[in-house]
Amino acid sequence: MAILLCRVDDRLIHGQVVVGWGAQLGLDFIAVVDDELSQSEWEQDLYRAGLPHEVDARFAGTDGAIDLIPKWANNAERGFVLTRDVATMRRLAESGVLDEVEVNLGGIHGAPGRKRVKPYLFLSDDDWGELERLRETQVSVSAQDVPTARKISLEELLERRSR
Amino acid sequence: MSEIDIQGILVGHGKLAEGMLDAIEEITGSREGLVPVDNHGLTPEALEERLGQLAGDKPSVVFVDLPSGSCAFAARRLKHRTSRMAVVCGVNLPLLLDFMFHRNLPLDEVIERLRTHVGVSIEQPTNGDSSVPSR
Repeated sequence: MAILLCRVDDRLIHGQVVVGWGAQLGLDFIAVVDDELSQSEWEQDLYRAGLPHEVDARFAGTDGAIDLIPKWANNAERGFVLTRDVATMRRLAESGVLDEVEVNLGGIHGAPGRKRVKPYLFLSDDDWGELERLRETQVSVSAQDVPTARKISLEELLERRSR
Repeated sequence: MSEIDIQGILVGHGKLAEGMLDAIEEITGSREGLVPVDNHGLTPEALEERLGQLAGDKPSVVFVDLPSGSCAFAARRLKHRTSRMAVVCGVNLPLLLDFMFHRNLPLDEVIERLRTHVGVSIEQPTNGDSSVPSR
C-alpha cells in the first residue's frame, strides 16, 4: 500500500504535511482531493510551486479520486491523500477505496459553529456527524497534528465529547 | 515613512515573525516598515484576509518562512488578485535588513535587489575532519 496517510486538514498542503510528516515518511506525492481546487489550475500551480522538487502534487475531485486512489495505492510511489474537510474523507471512505487506511485529523480550525476539541481541532455538530459516519467505515480515525504529538483515537474524542 | 515607501509584512510559523523583528530592532534600533504576523489558530482564509488588510492598496512585500507552508500559500493566493505585491519565501535577516534600507525604491528594484544582492553564505569544510574544532 503506497498511501501512507490520509489527512483532513483545512490548510491542505502546508509545512506540517510537507516537512513534519512528509520528510519523515519519505514522500513521492501528495494527492489533494477537493472538488473546488480540482477545477482551479492557478491554485494548483500555486501549491506545486511551493513543494520540494522531489514531491509531486496531484489534484482530483471526490468522484475522480475514487477511481484514482486504487491506482495510486498499487504503485511503488509513496504518498498522502489530503482533504480539507471530514465530509470529503467520509465520502472516500464509504466508497471503499480507503479500507484499512488510517485517517488522520490534522487540522480543522476555528469557524462559526465549531467548538475547540484540541488546539488544532475545532468541530461543529455537522463535523461530529460526519465522524460518526466515518466510524462506520473500514478506516481507523485518530487526531494528531504532528508525528511527535500523542495520537488520540476517535473513540477517545467521542468519549470526551459525551462527558 | 514616506507615502511611496514599500511596506513589509513578515509572516511565519509560531513566533518567528516577532522574533525576527526583535532581532532587527536589536541590530538597527528600529522595526519601521515591517509588520509581524503569525499564523497560529488561523484558517487559510483568515490568514489571507489578515494579510490583505495589512497590505491594503499599498505596494507591499510579504516575507514568508517556508515556501511550502500555509503562510506562503495564503500570501500567494492574495498576490494572485493584487497587482502591487511581491512574495519572498525563505526569509532571513540579511533579506529583511536590505529591504529596510531600500524600501524607498520602486517595488521592482527592491525585488531585484533581494533576488541578486542578498544570498546565503555557506562555508564548506576545508578538510575531512574540520567539523570537529581542534583545541
